[in-house]
Amino acid sequence: MAATDFRALERTNRRETALLVAVFLMLFTALGFGLDLLIGDLYLTDTGGIGGVPLLTVAALIIGIIQALASYYGGSRLVLASVHARALTPDTPQHQMVLNVIQEMAVAARMPPPRAYLMDDPAPNAFATGRDPEHSVICVTQGLVNTMDREELQGVIGHEMAHIRDYDIRTMMMIAVLVGGIAMLADFVYRWMWFGGPSQRRRSSSDNGGGNAGALILVVVMLLAVLAPIFSQLLAMAVSRQREYLADAASVEFTRNPRALLRALQTIANVESPLRNASRGTAHLFIVNPLEGARDDDEGFLDNLLSTHPPLSRRIARLQALLDQPATAAASSMQASGH
Amino acid sequence: MGLAIVVIIAVIVIAAIAGYNSLVSLRNQVQNAWSQIDVQLKRRHDLIPNLIEAVKGYMQFERDTLTQVVEARARAISAPDQASRIQAENQLTGGLGRLLAVMENYPQLKSDQNVLRLQEELTTTENQISFARQAYNDLVMRFNTRIEVFPTNLIATQFGFHEAELLKTAPEEQAAPKVDLSLGAKHA
Repeated sequence: MAATDFRALERTNRRETALLVAVFLMLFTALGFGLDLLIGDLYLTDTGGIGGVPLLTVAALIIGIIQALASYYGGSRLVLASVHARALTPDTPQHQMVLNVIQEMAVAARMPPPRAYLMDDPAPNAFATGRDPEHSVICVTQGLVNTMDREELQGVIGHEMAHIRDYDIRTMMMIAVLVGGIAMLADFVYRWMWFGGPSQRRRSSSDNGGGNAGALILVVVMLLAVLAPIFSQLLAMAVSRQREYLADAASVEFTRNPRALLRALQTIANVESPLRNASRGTAHLFIVNPLEGARDDDEGFLDNLLSTHPPLSRRIARLQALLDQPATAAASSMQASGH
Repeated sequence: MGLAIVVIIAVIVIAAIAGYNSLVSLRNQVQNAWSQIDVQLKRRHDLIPNLIEAVKGYMQFERDTLTQVVEARARAISAPDQASRIQAENQLTGGLGRLLAVMENYPQLKSDQNVLRLQEELTTTENQISFARQAYNDLVMRFNTRIEVFPTNLIATQFGFHEAELLKTAPEEQAAPKVDLSLGAKHA
């Protein structure tokens, strides 16, 4: 799917993310309302409408939101501590250059520059976190600083800056709330079944067709309770991959030079070391999946579905397609000789 | 029926207000982006004297290149109006580009920590100027488009919003760097 330029890529991406989030919301609502219908918080009225308050749906939502707010406001500090990062200071000319590149990308992105941190890890990687551009953080590894030249650094830091500007951290947090909420609702269904739920169901106010509708709702909710948690995980991964592609396109928007990120990803692809201090919880924040090293290649349909990041080969291919457009090719070769 | 008309009028009024506010917001962003460029240009003015001092000793055969930079900077600082300022700054960018390229031919420079630090400062300043111009042009494009499309074009003409000008790359900047390999006979 070769796009003509980064703007077209960004548009498509934002549309697809919105679609995925809509599916998420529908799933959550379907499971929640279905459950509330079953246990009687909601009921079907004579005129075919729905009455009552979906208590369980609301409860799941509130618990999820409280969890999200906690990580929203405390988030950066926790993540930085878990990866043992320290503040990046201009103690060497190399570090001064990294700070300068961060400043350059902040100008290009029209954002205040994020606070800079450093991880003492030989694997080349970087991540960004923070709830909005004013409270954001970028962390790079010493390995990244050692292996990348200035052009490649611009590409990587541009990508991270894009995550911050497009509120990806916030989006993924919202997705996490929905995934957690769906898991919670599915759990309620199991407990309700375990405690002999179907036989305790209160009658709906309308009797005609009440029995058939009730049975149908029961079957649908059971199915959802089994399938929804898995499906929501897959959806969450799909959103994460979508945002990675978007950040790649936005990096090109900032640098106007697809070669920058392209070369950086190619360099990373040739390195085989996993990050020491990453965990499942923080993996999605990095530019390249830190847990398996750079083995982000196409590992097959199922493996790809479960991954937070798209395969490196595909990301490189999309950037290459941008580079092959006559307009961008001319622009980026001018840029490369100028900087 | 009366309710429908009230609703329609309300929608139109709200849309008009939203359109007007978006024009104001974009115009302010454009002005902000312009002053960002200004900030970077002034930083560059401050850096240049130190850089010239540091490399002068190594680059006796590059007097022309160095002089061009010093003179362009002086013209930029003392420019009487916007147009001549822009022209002087563009010439300064061209001169600095040539200077940085020529510095590549002097390996001794690479061992001088001071020179390296200044070179990095200058490179990042040039980059930031370039990105600030890019950000400005992007904003101007959005602003101009908003002025031209329907329905905000009606509001724009009504309230006197005018299109802003894009910054174009000047011919002075596009000249390829000249590397003078003569042994200095014609340098005064």
